[in-house]
Amino acid sequence: MATMQTKSAARLMMAPAVIALLLWMVVPLSMTLYFSTLNYNLFNPAQTPFIGFTNYSFFLSDPAFFTAIRNTLTLVAGVLVITVGGGILLALLLDQDFYGVNIVRLLAIAPFFVMPTVAALVWKNMMMNPVYGVIGQFLNFIGVGAIDWFSNAPLTAIIIIVAWQWLPFSTLILLTALQSLSEEQKEAAEMDGAGALSIFWYITLPHMARAITVVILIQTIFLLSIFAEIYVTTSGGPGLQTTNLPYLVYAQALLQFDVGGASAGGIVAVILANIVAFFLIRIIGKNLDA
Amino acid sequence: MGNIKLREVSKSFGSTKVIPSIDLDIEDGEFVVFVGPSGCGKSTLLRLIAGLEDVTGGQILIDGKDATGLAPAKRGLSMVFQSYALYPHMSVRGNIAFPLKMAGEDKATIDRKVGEAARVLNLTDYLDRKPRQLSGGQRQRVAIGRAIVREPEAFLFDEPLSNLDAALRVNMRLEISELHQQLKTTMIYVTHDQVEAMTMADKIVVLQAGNIEQVGSPLELYKAPRNRFVAGFIGSPKMNFVEGAEAQKHGAQTIGIRPEHIAISKGEGTWQGTVGVSEHLGSDTFLHVNVDGLGTITARADGEMDVRHGDRVSLTPDSSKIHKFDQNGLAIR
Ligand SMILES: Nc1ncnc2c1ncn2[C@@H]1O[C@H](COP(=O)(O)OP(=O)(O)O)[C@@H](O)[C@H]1O
Ligand SMILES: [Mg+2]
Repeated sequence: MATMQTKSAARLMMAPAVIALLLWMVVPLSMTLYFSTLNYNLFNPAQTPFIGFTNYSFFLSDPAFFTAIRNTLTLVAGVLVITVGGGILLALLLDQDFYGVNIVRLLAIAPFFVMPTVAALVWKNMMMNPVYGVIGQFLNFIGVGAIDWFSNAPLTAIIIIVAWQWLPFSTLILLTALQSLSEEQKEAAEMDGAGALSIFWYITLPHMARAITVVILIQTIFLLSIFAEIYVTTSGGPGLQTTNLPYLVYAQALLQFDVGGASAGGIVAVILANIVAFFLIRIIGKNLDA
Repeated sequence: MGNIKLREVSKSFGSTKVIPSIDLDIEDGEFVVFVGPSGCGKSTLLRLIAGLEDVTGGQILIDGKDATGLAPAKRGLSMVFQSYALYPHMSVRGNIAFPLKMAGEDKATIDRKVGEAARVLNLTDYLDRKPRQLSGGQRQRVAIGRAIVREPEAFLFDEPLSNLDAALRVNMRLEISELHQQLKTTMIYVTHDQVEAMTMADKIVVLQAGNIEQVGSPLELYKAPRNRFVAGFIGSPKMNFVEGAEAQKHGAQTIGIRPEHIAISKGEGTWQGTVGVSEHLGSDTFLHVNVDGLGTITARADGEMDVRHGDRVSLTPDSSKIHKFDQNGLAIR
């Protein structure tokens, strides 16, 4: 039992950490909020008059904004589908006992250790280049013909690159979930007459539900803010085809030198992230209850 | 119909031979218990019958048909696992219905059979709960429910009661025996607990290191154990073994005498000794007596017997109940 005294002592002891954390979060957020109400352009930083919500109305009425939101959501959804689907398949594969499984597991995890900029450069120049990229060569070889990924299917190309980077993460989490499935449950299902597909559908998949939820939640947080891969490969183009919200904010701030507009965009991005998180938790959060 | 025959069945894991070679006949409707110490291969044998492991050699016949290569689901057997192996995300109803659903039964049939099984097992009020919301005994019953709805040729139980507390264990023991009386289906039941074996079985199969030591009814094993291992394993408390000069008097390497076949008195007797620990169970008292020249002998006295630690007593074994064993441990008849 905590007494009054230990409670107030605990409060006192925790205070520095709580205050530091608050400052850590509150200061940047309020500065962004503050900047978003100024007409603050880097060409004229001496004059930053207060203009209320004008930055917001400009940002929200910009046609680029809706394109960016659509691209952001497409990117998140595309990568999630590939990483969760592929992660389940890979996890099932790596859960088998075959010769050299440890080395294969290590290789499967490797992409996660490659920095996003490096990964994007490698994909751009060595894999997806239509002339000397591996994929182009292969497609030529089988007679389909090379694709110029970054001009013809730029968002798909980005989705592939990002999915490649995140596949190991989902594979790893789903593999640990798979390994915690009791052998007896599978055997019981087998005796009950379930075939391999039924066992997967009725036993394995529900068992992995919680891990899948975790993968989706964590990845969504990171995927909403994908930037390096776009910057290195397409710079948001061609046109606005690969501009997502973070890239739009960046373009506003450092290509148009509009700090006020970028801040407004940043706040909008925060709100969007919260809306997405809210719906995600509503939809799949029940899997997290014990 | 549910008779099961094992013909020279053997099993190795890699280079370790777990079951050298077993021949066994299990008749339709019999309650057979595999009993033996931990690690003797009981579960392995059961899993071979279930089809969850492949035999290394030999044949398994179910209803006279060769089932050696058949998939588990095709053998018409149901298994109750030690850990119950319930499906945690399904309700009790879902668990019991699962085998029927897999068999492609229609909804009405499933509902009827699940309801029936739930009634037999007193689970009707719990059908919509998840396994984690049930007590150990209820989970056990759900596992049994899942096994009976398929109306199998035979039930396989692998130490189903070992996760329950002592009182519940006695209850479930009765319930399973009761179920067997009702269904009259063949049951194969694995346990390391000889009390379970003695109380439930029509036929006990005593296993040691993958070999069958003896097959027989509980009383046969109790009265005429074939060797020293069975004699020591069946019966509680354990049979006393005496070697040396005392055994030679009976023309044996070893003699065995059960605690309940020794008379205790304060007067004259065959053996003299000092009382060590005495265990009072109320109905009986088990005395651990330090017999001069023989070592510790356990003897049963009735509950009222008034002896203390350090008292001198004399023990007289009932000579008609003495078991004699030769140097290979085999019983001399
Ligand atoms: N899958 C396996 N691989 C290797 N050895 C095993 C395997 N399963 C069981 N064994 C061995 O077989 C022996 C018998 O095991 P088991 O049938 O589980 O014994 P019991 O059920 O009688 O306690 C043990 O020595 C165990 O180590
Ligand atoms: Mg076992």
